[in-house]
Amino acid sequence: MADFEIRDLRASVEGKEILKGVTLAINKGEVHAVMGPNGSGKSTLSHTLMGHPGYTVDGGEVIFKGKNVLTLQPDERARLGMFLAFQYPVVVPGISMTNFLRTALNAKRGYDGKDKSKQISPKEFRSMLKDELEVLHMDDSFLPRYINDGFSGGEKKRAEILQMAMLKPEIAILDETDSGLDIDSIKFVADAVNRMRGPELGVLIITHYTRILEFIKPDFVHVLVDGRFVMSGGREVADRLEKTGYSEWGEPDEPKEVA
Amino acid sequence: MATVPKVDVGSDYKEKYGFFVPEDYIFKAKRGLNPEIVKEISWMKKEPEWMLKFRLRSLEIFRKKPMPTWGADLSVIDFENIFYYLKASDKQSTSWEDLPPDIKKTYDRLGVPEAERKFLAGVSAQYESEVVYHSLHEELSKKGVIFTDTDSALRDHPELFKEYFGTVIPPADNKFSALNSAVWSGGSFIYVPKGVRVEIPLQAYFRINAENMGQFERTLIICDEGSFVHYIEGCTAPIYTTDSLHSAVVEIIVKKNARCRYTTIQNWSTNVFNLVTKRALAYADATMEWVDGNLGSQITMKYPSVYLMEPGAKGDVLSVAFAGKGQHQDAGGKMIHVAPNTTSTITSKSISKNGGRTSYRGHIKMYPDAKNSKSFVKCDALLLDDESRSDTYPYNDVDAENVTLGHEATVSKVSDEQLFYLMSRGITRNEAETMIVNGFIEPFTKELPLEYAVELNRLIQLEMEGSVG
Repeated sequence: MADFEIRDLRASVEGKEILKGVTLAINKGEVHAVMGPNGSGKSTLSHTLMGHPGYTVDGGEVIFKGKNVLTLQPDERARLGMFLAFQYPVVVPGISMTNFLRTALNAKRGYDGKDKSKQISPKEFRSMLKDELEVLHMDDSFLPRYINDGFSGGEKKRAEILQMAMLKPEIAILDETDSGLDIDSIKFVADAVNRMRGPELGVLIITHYTRILEFIKPDFVHVLVDGRFVMSGGREVADRLEKTGYSEWGEPDEPKEVA
Repeated sequence: MATVPKVDVGSDYKEKYGFFVPEDYIFKAKRGLNPEIVKEISWMKKEPEWMLKFRLRSLEIFRKKPMPTWGADLSVIDFENIFYYLKASDKQSTSWEDLPPDIKKTYDRLGVPEAERKFLAGVSAQYESEVVYHSLHEELSKKGVIFTDTDSALRDHPELFKEYFGTVIPPADNKFSALNSAVWSGGSFIYVPKGVRVEIPLQAYFRINAENMGQFERTLIICDEGSFVHYIEGCTAPIYTTDSLHSAVVEIIVKKNARCRYTTIQNWSTNVFNLVTKRALAYADATMEWVDGNLGSQITMKYPSVYLMEPGAKGDVLSVAFAGKGQHQDAGGKMIHVAPNTTSTITSKSISKNGGRTSYRGHIKMYPDAKNSKSFVKCDALLLDDESRSDTYPYNDVDAENVTLGHEATVSKVSDEQLFYLMSRGITRNEAETMIVNGFIEPFTKELPLEYAVELNRLIQLEMEGSVG
């Protein structure tokens, strides 16, 4: 059995069936890419996996560490070791990134405001943050700013990656992390993810375009069309999409980003 | 002169033989309001004749004025069932055991020190941080700053007192200012001389005792030309009282080029009607800032105001209100532009939860002379559920030309997207909601001294857990 198993997942949004039976097994150490045209169900997949309240699970299960995570709240999923890098990170005014990172880290460590021994010390936190920023080649200028408030597209995605680096998930879902980014930002994100790759991390990259896969080489590529996987394989699948697009499934959508 | 001591049953009898000897003490606190009670209050305090007359005149005004009906529902207040004056010793009537459990729990969770919580709970009458207060007091005295309770000020600085007392808020201003004028007791008196800047915030906290935190306290602050003072009243810990009416009057005079900031954080127990009149007069190029946080109480009606009397005067109100179950916070501000080139801003943040109700009520008045003046009002309401309610009642009254008046109002809910985002990082729903609320009031919190800001965030956390009554 794989470390993270999606079994026949079916989900709908506002009564409309979007995912029509998705099955996927991810092991730690592996990078999987899910590619698909607009409307194929990519963002439904990422949101359903993390437990967004706007998505209804109609069937199937997702097994991680012996639990069906579909029965858990989003925060419980996160504490279990899942992470979602958002396509559109949300603005929360009045709370600094530093405060957010510290709160999230404490939550991950099981600190609930009572048992202070589980709380990260200010010193430990600062040193950890400094290390991660160094590894990611990021400066700390956005840390005192409010969560995603006034961030550029690139800054938002960098901030997502920093959260991932701090929280050290075992299963990370990157939801269209490349969309709307210039090539430098894509390289930056890819470099960071590549540095985090390793036997303790399984990655699911959800993307419309093949470009990010030039920088993060996936072990497996799955093509999602109309809520189902229509093809799975190795990196050659991405190469094929690069050439032919989604047209063989009757989709006019091109996987290359329009320049 | 007679050698045999003789008891003179004259005017100073009580003073000589009664007042200072508690066991002979004949004044018994009585409920209700009438000229006799008012006379007794004045006599107990050994006030000058003019103050007694002022009180009695105010009582007449109070009786004639109808109950205001334009705001929150005040019809349940029973004026005859209230103690209007209690000696500090009489106030130690609450026993620790009788205190509602939620209040005790909040003290625990906030980590309020033992002595302090007893004071706040009305169990003990005094809590003075003597060392801090006395050293501060000495330093201030050297600069000519007067910082004392209002009763002492009337006794020790009679001329200064009489010159300003009741000039900003006359008894006839409204029913509750009339009531306060009739029965006032305690409060703070501050005088800052010309050009003196008081760099540390003055906190009633330093000399907190039952007298100056009474039900009808009266505060008077005079900032002479070019001076600066920051006064802080209250604390985030809930103040428990069995008396259900708190009606204070705060008068402030900010002279030319001076600046005054008045910060309030109050968290009355939820049986209290909190009806407070606060007003400042700001003269040429002077700045008055009200920073006003209202938590707790059953009903609060409070609209700090600034009269911008001379060119260049500036007024600011920054307020936060939190209304939980059964609470109505009717708060806002008033800016009265009398002179040209005056500016004002009102920023109001309100949070309603569990069916709580918040209202913003504001008045911007621009008199014909107030040309080239500017005012901006921003009110943001955050609703935490569908049962809660928020309303906005802005009144604008512009008789001047070339003025700018802006108003912006938003009502929002804690969004599912924000919650999902924070929860996806492992943060529980409750903590995520608390973060969103604390983030919402951050523009207010950042204006507070650090320890107050930390306490306020902690208190919001408790409110969000539903562990505060």
